[in-house]
Amino acid sequence: MYEFKYHRPGTVRQAANLLVKNEDAKVIAGGHTLIPVMKQRLASPPHLVDLSHIEGLNTIEMKGRSLVIGATARHAEVATSAIVGEAIPALADLASQIGDPAVRHKGTIGGSLANNDPTADYPAAVLALGATIVTNKRRLKAEEYFQGLFTTALEADEIITKVMFPLPKKAAYIKFRNQASRYALVGVFVARRPSDVRVAVTGAGSDGVFRIEAFEEALKKRFSSKVLEGIEVPAEGLNSDIHGSAEYRAHLIGVLTRRALDAANAKE
Amino acid sequence: MAKISLIVNGNPVTGNVDPRTLLVQFLRENLRLTGTHVGCDTSQCGACVVHLDGKAVKSCTTLAVMADGHEVKTIEGLAADGAPLHPMQEAFREHHGLQCGFCTPGMIMTAIDIVHRKGHEVDDHTIREELEGNLCRCTGYQNIVASIAAGAKAMAKSDLA
Repeated sequence: MYEFKYHRPGTVRQAANLLVKNEDAKVIAGGHTLIPVMKQRLASPPHLVDLSHIEGLNTIEMKGRSLVIGATARHAEVATSAIVGEAIPALADLASQIGDPAVRHKGTIGGSLANNDPTADYPAAVLALGATIVTNKRRLKAEEYFQGLFTTALEADEIITKVMFPLPKKAAYIKFRNQASRYALVGVFVARRPSDVRVAVTGAGSDGVFRIEAFEEALKKRFSSKVLEGIEVPAEGLNSDIHGSAEYRAHLIGVLTRRALDAANAKE
Repeated sequence: MAKISLIVNGNPVTGNVDPRTLLVQFLRENLRLTGTHVGCDTSQCGACVVHLDGKAVKSCTTLAVMADGHEVKTIEGLAADGAPLHPMQEAFREHHGLQCGFCTPGMIMTAIDIVHRKGHEVDDHTIREELEGNLCRCTGYQNIVASIAAGAKAMAKSDLA
């Protein structure tokens, strides 16, 4: 790890000021992506701004018809929250599958989204549920927020403060894990929303999380795994590596989407 | 350098550390608490698990400065020197839950965290799921799982948390 200065601001405003003042400063909360990357010397921020001591930034609550999760809410907190379990059980289920128990005690939803790893779990939920990312500056729709591999709409001095999830009628997340890394080889989040159906895929796309419109169109007519028969997922644009070929991932997307639909329908 | 003060195994400690210092380095090198091990150094293996504010975390993926003002418990803090072992330690001894012993401190800290979250009656399947982040290369896990199930029950009758 290269040298850096550590800052522990008490408010989001102080944190943002530190980011403005110190070029190339990085935000840290759980540190479960950033610290390993810094150890490997793939990142060398001269300043670290620790958000984990900002009071109220990890609050989980219902606001009107939305579930609002604070940026520094840990995966374990989301997984075990009664509020999340009541509002969007699929989201609690997703959080319970991230990493391992010790990782879930540290990693945060804001950190996962800010990093936008193409194999992370939360981006699939945010895109499928049509969540809004709230920052210290503005509100970003999921579609405009994710911009490719490890790339988001966030500016250098912009900090995620919370994520607002509109409640779906039905939802489920099914993940096929890489056994070694525990990341998603492929993960599919399906959501039946009041106005439409969304299917978001993580782990497979060479450009990060994406939606499958052919599935969504078919599912709008009938929210059932049966309507997907005969719809092929093209392997083009999917990742191919030692863990699985693009064709294998394309196959998995179909299988996992059907399983997710059955799971979502079984929850009633 | 950064000044930090925290509670380790019930005792207040202070240190003047380079912010790069990992919590596990601070514990091992500054405080000489070498029971916490570094295995993979990539948050996979769990040999470095300690409790931070009562929750199991990987101390190889936590900066010492992030623990400033917080409470840490290591394997050394489970039972006083010369006193009877913590029931989870005793269960590992009794059920032969270790061979080389390298992963054991992390296994035991994780095991106690499992009991805190899941209670004293934990089935084998739950224990195996919960051991996701702790690797052992000797035992084949069979006796570790048996140790944790027994230790969980024994903790119900013990004053040691």
